Amino acid sequence: MEFAAFAPGPYTVVQDPAVQEAAGWEPFLPGLLLLLPLAGFIANGWLALRAASRSASALRTGADPDPFQGATPPRTHRWPTWIGPGALLLAFLVAMANFVGMSGADLHAPVVVPYWSWIATGSLEISAAIQLDQLSMLMTLVVTGVGFLIHLFSVGYMREDPGYPRYFAYLNLFVFFMLILVLGANYGMMFVGWEGVGLCSYLLIGFWFTDREKADAGKKAFIVNRIGDFGFLVAMFLLFGVFGTLDFQTIFAGAEQQMVAGGATVTLVTLLLMLGAAGKSAQLPLHIWLPDAMAGPTPVSALIHAATMVTAGVYMVARSSVLYAMAPASQAVVAGIGVLTALVAATIALRQHDIKKVLAYSTISQLGFMFLGAGIGAFTAAIFHLMTHAFFKALLFLGAGAAIHSMHHALHRAGSHADPQDMRNMGGLKTPMRTAWIAMWIATLAIAGIWPLAGFFSKDEIIWYTAAWAGAPDNPFGGLYTVYWIVAILTAMLTAFYMTRLMVMTFHGRSRVGAQARAHLHEAPRVMTIPLIVLAVLSVFGGWINVPAALRESVPGLYGVLPMSEWLHHWLEPVTHRATELQTAALGDKAHADPLAGLGEVAWALMSTLAAALVVVWAFRRLSARRYAPAAESGPPPGGLRGFLANKWYFDEIYDRGIVRPLVALSRWCWRAVDAAIIDGTVNLVGYATRLAGFAASLFQTGQATTYAFALTLGVLLILGAAVLL
Amino acid sequence: MLSHALMLSAALFVIGTLGVVVRRNAIIIFLCIELQLNAVNLAFVALSRYTGIEGQLYVFFVMTVAAAEAAVGLAIIIAIFRHYKTVNVDQFNLLKW
Repeated sequence: MEFAAFAPGPYTVVQDPAVQEAAGWEPFLPGLLLLLPLAGFIANGWLALRAASRSASALRTGADPDPFQGATPPRTHRWPTWIGPGALLLAFLVAMANFVGMSGADLHAPVVVPYWSWIATGSLEISAAIQLDQLSMLMTLVVTGVGFLIHLFSVGYMREDPGYPRYFAYLNLFVFFMLILVLGANYGMMFVGWEGVGLCSYLLIGFWFTDREKADAGKKAFIVNRIGDFGFLVAMFLLFGVFGTLDFQTIFAGAEQQMVAGGATVTLVTLLLMLGAAGKSAQLPLHIWLPDAMAGPTPVSALIHAATMVTAGVYMVARSSVLYAMAPASQAVVAGIGVLTALVAATIALRQHDIKKVLAYSTISQLGFMFLGAGIGAFTAAIFHLMTHAFFKALLFLGAGAAIHSMHHALHRAGSHADPQDMRNMGGLKTPMRTAWIAMWIATLAIAGIWPLAGFFSKDEIIWYTAAWAGAPDNPFGGLYTVYWIVAILTAMLTAFYMTRLMVMTFHGRSRVGAQARAHLHEAPRVMTIPLIVLAVLSVFGGWINVPAALRESVPGLYGVLPMSEWLHHWLEPVTHRATELQTAALGDKAHADPLAGLGEVAWALMSTLAAALVVVWAFRRLSARRYAPAAESGPPPGGLRGFLANKWYFDEIYDRGIVRPLVALSRWCWRAVDAAIIDGTVNLVGYATRLAGFAASLFQTGQATTYAFALTLGVLLILGAAVLL
Repeated sequence: MLSHALMLSAALFVIGTLGVVVRRNAIIIFLCIELQLNAVNLAFVALSRYTGIEGQLYVFFVMTVAAAEAAVGLAIIIAIFRHYKTVNVDQFNLLKW
């Protein structure tokens, strides 16, 4: 039995000799990466507390769910405006400096920077250490870079919210924890960041906490994530049991010695880790919290619930790539969950009316693609998609935020109480909001997978690899992977459709906002449009860092346009090469499998981009012809398949009936039968018995001196009698 | 000889004790307490013949305490009588729960 390996013992773990050699490059002040957002949090947090205590009215309206009531931003906004985005910009510059240094150093092993011993008890030793390697560097760049743009956008979006300092405090704290998550050098540190971002997510979803629904959405996110965290924790316990440590380097270096490839331990560990990842990254069956998380401010949705935090699960799987490569069964499960989630979420997105809900399901669907990539062992492709998705999904959310911002203002001015997020109330926004419109179209084409935008390269790489693995000669799950491949293609087409639908309903057609409000629709301020433009540029060019070599070589003249062929593959190679080797050894070389029977990647690229473009054009023509009615004039929700999708496959209802209500009933029973009857009953019985005994004893106290004298005498006689007799 | 003295002492003590328990008049109870004390004194004196002078010493102490007690006790009884116009102890039962 393989579990015998759980007995703790002094394992001699083979240290990668390259680890010592890595000293050739000195990281540039890596601690600043963490300290800057933390300092921002402390400063903004102090300002928030001060602003709240200075005026009771600020506190009262600080929780106002209507962010656009104040006429001019109060003085409390001045400092957070500079501190919040400023900390992020500086952190991004530090990350950039490290990135430049690292790319010049040709680093083969991670640089671990230990700070202090955090937990040292018994044989458990967790140090507060950060690990700089190609993967964590890339994540740091995305988190700080996209994070900075979203902070900047927030300056405009949250300008009129009295909770402004508090908002930036939370946002900075989030970035701090996210950086701990990606930079941590062991699972313990990663877990700290993991929980920290969960906390910030909860705080920011419930940012307008006086609204009961929004506060509940925050709680839902937190509770659903707990289920995943349970898996992560147990996986950590198992890893500690096998390796006696939680350090990434030791575990990955010793994985092949301590565990049997394909054995029970490694499969269990990876499945439990996947449970954690499913919670954090909103994968089936734990995806239900993410759509509700849209209750938070829209830039929060862009940063936390699209670009960074929800991709933590993908990062964790990619980080643990060696373990996953040793567990083919887990890989099949990860890929299966990913592709199923992608499909289910995409179908739900087809019938949603809330613009943020569409984007939320789109995010879940794209995360599913990432898990498909990570599951089949294409870790680079998964991280690639993570990165490009961060660009175009952040752009989509910020564009949607600009539209909601504009709609809210207009409806507010017109005195209308219509939902500013409902796409049925929008329409025709392209005229007043030209920048947002163009940026959103770029992002839509990118996510749909149109050549040569970012999403095309990353998504198609995942789909290509799925096909390649399906055809790998020794893959025991080959048939399953073929199914994954077909579903992934179908989902990619659905993506193109629902995104086009979003664009048509929001920006095209006649305006449905009402004549009064229409005059007030306006373009977003420049502080909001600049991040849109930067992200749009990234959404166009972001995919060019990893153009497949085959594609570049077979199209003459492409080299000049796309110089960075397979750059990301080479960049991440030191991180993923061991997993790739393991997998190649186990399943045969994927390069030999050719899913399109000799047609090659060029033909595949041509087909997929044509298919996506066809869907976009067809959907655009078809949906543009349709006349949508405003939400207030729309009929009851449809039945049949449409209703099934509009109601999100009834996931919430099933969980409510199957889990929540039985749990509430059980709790109620525990309360009434166990707590109230048995426990409280016992306690009360003891109380009553004591009182009864006291009453009985008090009867002896008559107040008659004679009685006492008699009792005294009797007592003396008894004692004397006893002394004499015994 | 000793046994006679001790038997007398015991008899006096039992009479005193019974008096304390059964009588209701505070003055009588008081007298009975004095009787008990003196019964003990008698035992002390009788035993000191065999065991040494300490018994007689104790008698003096007891007599002193008895004198002081008589003074305080009688004062209390007088105060009670002035208030209740009676010295029957079964009339006084305020000191209870």
